[in-house]
Amino acid sequence: MNLTAQTREKIAKTFIWAAAVLVLAVLTAIIADILIKGLPVINFSFLTEIPRSMGRAGGVASPIVGTVLITLLAVTIAVPFGIGTALYLAEYTKDGIITRLIRFSAESLAGIPSIVYGLFGFIFFVIYLGLGWSILSGGLTLAFMILPTIIRTAEEAIRSVPLSFREASYSLGATKTQTIFKVVFPSAIRGITNGIILSVGRCIAETAAVMLTAGSALQLPSSILDPTRTMAVHFYILAVEGISAENAYGTAALLIILIFLINVVANMLVNRFVAKGR
Amino acid sequence: MDRNPKISIRDFNFFFDKKQVIFDLNLDISKNEIFAVFGPAGSGITTLLRALNRLVEMTSDAKAQGEILLDGKSIYSENMNVTDLRRKVGMVFDVPTPLPISIFENIVYGPRLSGIRNKSELNDIAEKALREAALWDDVKDRLNIAAMSLSGGQQQRLCIARVLALKPEVVLLDRPCSGLDPISTAKIEESLIQLKKQFTIIIAPHNIQQAARISDRAAFMLLGHLIEEGTNEDIFVKANKDSRTNDYITGRFG
Repeated sequence: MNLTAQTREKIAKTFIWAAAVLVLAVLTAIIADILIKGLPVINFSFLTEIPRSMGRAGGVASPIVGTVLITLLAVTIAVPFGIGTALYLAEYTKDGIITRLIRFSAESLAGIPSIVYGLFGFIFFVIYLGLGWSILSGGLTLAFMILPTIIRTAEEAIRSVPLSFREASYSLGATKTQTIFKVVFPSAIRGITNGIILSVGRCIAETAAVMLTAGSALQLPSSILDPTRTMAVHFYILAVEGISAENAYGTAALLIILIFLINVVANMLVNRFVAKGR
Repeated sequence: MDRNPKISIRDFNFFFDKKQVIFDLNLDISKNEIFAVFGPAGSGITTLLRALNRLVEMTSDAKAQGEILLDGKSIYSENMNVTDLRRKVGMVFDVPTPLPISIFENIVYGPRLSGIRNKSELNDIAEKALREAALWDDVKDRLNIAAMSLSGGQQQRLCIARVLALKPEVVLLDRPCSGLDPISTAKIEESLIQLKKQFTIIIAPHNIQQAARISDRAAFMLLGHLIEEGTNEDIFVKANKDSRTNDYITGRFG
């Protein structure tokens, strides 16, 4: 082929634009479809009533509570361990067999289908530890599921903090721990937060693993040892068993709004509190 | 010869893994002088400066042999507290290294670590350090903006101010003006000449002219060996004892 550089440039640009437009169009279509069909269903009673007659009538109050509690529990458990592991890998050890083993395990775990985590959670937490179908079993299972993501993203964020920051801190008389907490960690917080938001999204969207470990109870839980049903599970059951397409769309729309809100709020918090002066 | 040198380097050798980068170095640096260590790249000058505050230990496989004495005390002895040492021997790097926090927070980073909490005391420290580094007039109304938003020259003066806020005894400057314009360079050199009344300054100049302009004494290093040392006049005005020094200064190699 004997194309001029300018022609090649045009062809490349066209392809790149087409790819971007196509992806955006598909995403927009899905979200628009869900919002158009789902938003009319959402009203005050939909948000505050628990489901009646298997979800055919009533609202989604208990699935909202279940989703929030399980996600909170999973994130609260996984974040400290995940960031701790990432700090260990990035700051406190040299590369060796142990770090490679931890990294390899984390990578393998990240690629395992969530239903496998669900099965593990069912056998270990629900049956062996006798926690039953409960918010606790579900939260613990999801914590295991998101741990690899948090470790990987946090480690990468910590490693990308420039060496010059560390050198400057040490040269001003800081110890290693002071350097990590005053300089490295605040500089990495944006990347770490991105990993956490990603994980929160995965928790909220997870269906198989929570169904196996937290059950699908419709009533409001009174403790974390009670079974519950998350919005994703509720949506799945409503749709698959043909109970109510209308309420399924309402639940889906609510899920999308929730994830969107979490993204916005988390970014605002990071900008407001941590990223000052950066 | 100074009988009470501020820093005394004795039979000092330095290795990265098996590669030796400094060979049998002996050097005395007096109090309140500007001492320039110059030479082509790869002469071990950066390593020498970083050995003086033990920052070189951040690199793995770094090994020091011999002694460096600060006021007669070995800085490599086991009872030397490294963080104390780094407060006494402050360092400015070849590129500005502001931390990603505000101007004010950069200055008080060191003092805070040494336990100063009082807000007005910190304010005083910051103002004094910024004045000494000739940056106060540029930034006095915007101490809370990000340090990264300053220009390169201002950032480097901020880094100098940050070191001064530690109230150090020795200040190490590793090619502090290498990325700066002549006006910023002149401002920094003026500050240094003012500051030697308070501190001992060891500088790796970014060129020979700078060494000639500001140093009281100077040493020429080549491939890890000390070739020649002497007063400013000995090195830059009179005939050099070693022809290699003369060749380097006159630009025959380098």
